[in-house]
Amino acid sequence: MEKERTYTLKIWRQPNANMKGAFKTYKVEDISPGTSFLEMLDILNDQLSENGEDPVHFDHDCREGICGMCSLFINGRPHGPDEEITVCQLHMRVFKDGAKITIEPWRANAFPVIKDLVVDRSAFDRIVQAGGFISVNTGAAVDANAIPIQKVNAELAMDAAACIGCGACVAVCKNASAMLFTAAKVSQLALLPQGDIERKERAMKMVAQMDAEGFGACTNTGACSAECPKGIDLSVIARMNREYFTAKVTT
Amino acid sequence: MSLDSKIPDGPLAEKWTKHKFNLKLVNPANKRKYDIIVVGTGLAGASAAASFGELGYNVKAFLYQDSARRAHSIAAQGGINAAKNYTNDGDSVFRLFYDTIKGGDYRSREANVYRLAEVSNNIIDQCVAQGVPFAREYGGLLDNRSFGGAQVSRTFYARGQTGQQLLLGAYSALSRQVAAGKVTLFPRTEMLDVVLVDGKARGIVTRNMITGKVESHSAHVVVLATGGYGNVFFLSTMAMGCNGSAVWRAHKKGAFFGNPSFTQIHPTCIPVHGDQQSKLTLMSESLRNDGRVWVPKTKEIAEKLKAGEMKPTEIPEEDRDYYLERIYPSFGNLVPRDVASRNAKNVCDEGRGVGETGLAVFLDFRDAIDRDGVDVIKAKYGNLFQMYEKIVDDNPYETPMMIYPAIHYTMGGLWVDYNLMTTIPGLYATGECNFSDHGANRLGASALMQGLADGYFVIPYTIGDYLADMPYDKVSTEHPEFQKAEKEVKERIDKLLNINGSKTVDQFHKQLGHIMWEKCGMSRNAQGLKEAIEEIQKLREEYWKDVKVLGVNEELNMTLEKALRVADFMELAELMVNDALDRKESCGGHFREESKTPEGEAKRDDKNFAYVSAWEYQGEGKPEVLHKEELVFENVKLTQRSYK
Repeated sequence: MEKERTYTLKIWRQPNANMKGAFKTYKVEDISPGTSFLEMLDILNDQLSENGEDPVHFDHDCREGICGMCSLFINGRPHGPDEEITVCQLHMRVFKDGAKITIEPWRANAFPVIKDLVVDRSAFDRIVQAGGFISVNTGAAVDANAIPIQKVNAELAMDAAACIGCGACVAVCKNASAMLFTAAKVSQLALLPQGDIERKERAMKMVAQMDAEGFGACTNTGACSAECPKGIDLSVIARMNREYFTAKVTT
Repeated sequence: MSLDSKIPDGPLAEKWTKHKFNLKLVNPANKRKYDIIVVGTGLAGASAAASFGELGYNVKAFLYQDSARRAHSIAAQGGINAAKNYTNDGDSVFRLFYDTIKGGDYRSREANVYRLAEVSNNIIDQCVAQGVPFAREYGGLLDNRSFGGAQVSRTFYARGQTGQQLLLGAYSALSRQVAAGKVTLFPRTEMLDVVLVDGKARGIVTRNMITGKVESHSAHVVVLATGGYGNVFFLSTMAMGCNGSAVWRAHKKGAFFGNPSFTQIHPTCIPVHGDQQSKLTLMSESLRNDGRVWVPKTKEIAEKLKAGEMKPTEIPEEDRDYYLERIYPSFGNLVPRDVASRNAKNVCDEGRGVGETGLAVFLDFRDAIDRDGVDVIKAKYGNLFQMYEKIVDDNPYETPMMIYPAIHYTMGGLWVDYNLMTTIPGLYATGECNFSDHGANRLGASALMQGLADGYFVIPYTIGDYLADMPYDKVSTEHPEFQKAEKEVKERIDKLLNINGSKTVDQFHKQLGHIMWEKCGMSRNAQGLKEAIEEIQKLREEYWKDVKVLGVNEELNMTLEKALRVADFMELAELMVNDALDRKESCGGHFREESKTPEGEAKRDDKNFAYVSAWEYQGEGKPEVLHKEELVFENVKLTQRSYK
């Protein structure tokens, strides 16, 4: 067994959306390197509860890196200092014994804080509702193999579809732009023949909704893709731009 | 009250077609006069809500997560079964039916399972049409892989993220209906009770998790799609928020609970590392296509491994025991989950387990990598290997993975008839939260199939049959029954907030989980189960005296949310144990030590236990009444399952 470690945590506390927040400092001890970051916060919360202090609220659910619920900004990076993972997959072995760790919520106008580290990401849902689907009713489908799809396109669509909607791309972007998120969905459906019919309308409506939600503009710095836990490629943004402009000039 | 499963007459293959024709219809123009509540937006809930919206009903969908895209169906990795027979290896609807009913150890209904196999093909068609990027061959057609308990390749998959892609497909269909104004979503909202008016389910009481507001919602019919209750065990592969409260509240209002003790223990999870652990991570069963399961032949070598004197890769071939291949030559590493789990436990009990705790076995890809090359293995399982490496800090391309069984899925759930209606008129249960299709053991790649079958292709038909006889009148949430239920919910919340005891909710939950895992886990015996009942009762009493729930109701309070869920787990756990005690046979995931063959394999007792147990709640502190739905098998011959 490796030695257990001690950390100083500087955590954003904010009782609710209407009150001002501030950092508060805590200490945790006896953390084994195999503990996950969220389990470390569980331990802190158990400690806080025992002392009668309200636990630190943070979003989390599946704890295996796929639901997209967890959303912590750790030492200036969304999902913390490791590549292609979510916070729940981050382990304490990454942090040296005695390290000071700063934990903040996602910060973006379109993601208001609900409490502590929990933010409201319903703007993402509204972007999908604007057109992130193929209009096919249940029961109206043809045989699955009646639509052959080139393997390369199926793979590219899958690459884009791997997005978990966590919002790290927005959190890391200096403009709080949601281009990577929106473009991933637009790309997935544009790459597939099933999505062809509605491609123009989809691109225009999803982009319009993205703007209406108050996300910033894209300046192609690429931080979104670099910090994406699923490694969504920057090329999806180029594809969405192409979809959008084609739609604009041809409709 | 007697159980009527409403299974249609006639030959197996014609039952569903005939039944669909006999179901009453609601005129398209009248559908908009009916309101439907759907609780849960995983595969079963999202697919149902979207389909209802498309049909024209008004839908309110409730979920505890912040977005419908996050329900735990998303975590399913391996795939979804369908009887397409695209691989030309002899698959058919009947074979899928047969494998599923055999895999479930003959404790499910023939008619339900056949229907599931029948609609499986429609699901694949539907998902492809939605844009789900399933894996494909170079010719552009769909690819298949194999799963446990089957000798054909019938599993469709999207890398190791099939559940995610199917859920996002259902979520997109749901989003389309939200945009169309047919579905209203209630995220971060927890259902805390179901409301009956004149004996029919007419609504629910919820708590807004951000404001704490307790509210009532009324409808003509209520559909529960709230998933499994495996978190009774504290450590499981479920999401942290998964809970049994909705089904438990429905049960207390009169819905019978079917086979509560049937829990699936998944053989390929990452082993427990210590007592700070909050959750177990699954490694897809699909890994058993190429990975070989083994432990050292002797205890002495296992000890050396544990002491770090030897590396797993240094153990010569003759000292390795590929026990699944040895005991089950025809199915080998692809035996069903219950068999694989039990054998892992056996070899660990013999002292041949590996890892720090001795509670792990190897899953080795060496031979597959030698045979196919790293690139092929990476393309198939890359994301799973990456996930493993992040958690364990070990490279599975170089050193064998370590795995151990963990609580994964609950086959038990609310008892439903062929129409998926519970014993409360107007209350339906779909997906994992009902008991219906998996018997005593679920085969891999069947959960996604069932969730979507129920939601897309079963309940949209059967719900019309009920609604066709319902008047359009709405019930006001001012109705005394709603007011009463709201009051009870508020009292429960106040009570928890005012105990101000000395132990945290998690501490109680861990204790409950420990009792359940030790005494109602991978193997069970009468004495242990009896002890468990006493221990649970004691723990529950202590909980209501000594739990510490901080904060107030009127804001986001995750401790309170958990406290409400654990309070229900404390009651549900006792029913699970009682059910396990009643079932003196071994079957599927339920292994009773008193019932085994001379070789130590599970021994089923069809003469005395070929029934579904359906438990009826009798009131606080009173023993529940057991009803038995006899299972009739006309199309399969009951045999002791053999995978040898």
